[in-house]
Amino acid sequence: MQKVDHTKKIVEINNLSFSYGNEEVLRDITFDIHEGDYLGLVGPNGAGKTTLLKIMLGLLPSVKGQVKLFGTDLKKFKNWSNIGYVPQKATNFDINFPVTVGEVVLMGRYGKKGLFSKATKRDRNIAKKALCEVGMQEYENRLIGDLSGGQQQRVFIARALASEPKIIFLDEPTSGIDEKTQDEFYAIIKKLNQDLDLTIVLISHDIEKITKEVMHVACVDRTLVYHETPERFLKSVHSSEFVGENAKFTTHHHS
Amino acid sequence: MDANIFQYGFMIRGLEAGIIVALIAPLIGIFLVLRRYSLIADTLAHVSLAGIALGLILGLNPVYTAIGVTTVSSMGIERLRTSKKIYGESALALFLSGSLALAVVLLGLAKGFNTNLLNYLFGSIVTVTEGDVHIIAILAASVSFLLFLFYKELIYISFDEESAKAGGIPTRFINFLLIALAALVVSISIPIVGVLLISALMVIPVVTALQFKKGFAKTILYAEIISVLSVIFGIIFSFYFNLATGGTIVLVMLAVFGIVLLI
Repeated sequence: MQKVDHTKKIVEINNLSFSYGNEEVLRDITFDIHEGDYLGLVGPNGAGKTTLLKIMLGLLPSVKGQVKLFGTDLKKFKNWSNIGYVPQKATNFDINFPVTVGEVVLMGRYGKKGLFSKATKRDRNIAKKALCEVGMQEYENRLIGDLSGGQQQRVFIARALASEPKIIFLDEPTSGIDEKTQDEFYAIIKKLNQDLDLTIVLISHDIEKITKEVMHVACVDRTLVYHETPERFLKSVHSSEFVGENAKFTTHHHS
Repeated sequence: MDANIFQYGFMIRGLEAGIIVALIAPLIGIFLVLRRYSLIADTLAHVSLAGIALGLILGLNPVYTAIGVTTVSSMGIERLRTSKKIYGESALALFLSGSLALAVVLLGLAKGFNTNLLNYLFGSIVTVTEGDVHIIAILAASVSFLLFLFYKELIYISFDEESAKAGGIPTRFINFLLIALAALVVSISIPIVGVLLISALMVIPVVTALQFKKGFAKTILYAEIISVLSVIFGIIFSFYFNLATGGTIVLVMLAVFGIVLLI
């Protein structure tokens, strides 16, 4: 097993700005994500978190500033299967879609295969292994729409794993999922980060919960407000310098 | 009812063409239905009417002109839809009414095609020629091959276009391919079910198969079985009871849908 090199930069963002038409959504953002990181990307609703994520996924190519993925400029980057993506479940998915759990996870292989090729036995085995990693192997032949929200979430994580990525982005993965299921979810993510050495970026507006899990926090509100350890981040959130922003966060803070 | 359907060459040709169309229509239809594009088949059918009118005026085989006009227009529809200058369904409405208007004007310019025109509107397997069967077979084989080739991309973008794009799937190309293939299938189905009923052939077997709540591969298989059986029985009924073929096929499909919905 290769050792994780925590100094290796997987994502490098320098002076990034982005506008939808005339509306500037992100301004002058600079930060890096290193191999093995477990980063929580937080910020109030409408702060540009999802836009920042879409830029790193290559879905919004025209940006000001520089974005490098695995050392390659965003515009020239080709190895998209190195990047796993777990979308915000509710907005992207039709629960009546006629597709089995196994078929969904196999999709994770498709980007890697390239055009004109078919899924092979090896692809199916990798997809099966990914299902095992999230403890969903028994559901392989069930319809995705028949599962609970938490189970669907795990299947989407397995799909991301199936492309054998080095980094996984998760967009608001716990929204609409109950507390107990959330704990199971975070246990899986921790395992991916620590046992499989995957770099994890978790987007959330629930800072109270996420700061208990991650190693680093980056706070975005149009610009990068903070990039720190969770402990120091929480301290500053609750101190005066953040009062204005704090009101916009969802917190479970009991003071 | 003493006549045997297989005594007549035109009926055998009609059955051959019908079965080919029955096999190909749901293959493309499943992607259209699941992407909420069901009405695109109807729009493309109206566009192909303009192509047929053009063929009749120029004295060319209307199937060829229909294929040409429909394929070009399908690209225009997809461009308009993705440009986001207008809503997707508005793009469909523009092309649907626009091409119908063009067809009416063209047919008005050259009079005397009325019987022919009715065949194209409602379908008539009696008029299917040996040559038509060959064209349909070749095009259907090409479409099936392309669908097979891009199956994994098509299923991925139908299920979750954003993740597909993030995973490196060329979504723009696949979207164009899908609509171009839809245009081809619509054009080749015209002699069988006619302009007005084509979308039924692409949509109803798929919607029926979806009621079984199976995975993707099985849903396609069920849609194929429903489609082929409906076309065969529709043609046989229309022959023995002297009914309009296209209409009978669609009514058989709807009856199957009704039965599946009830059980």
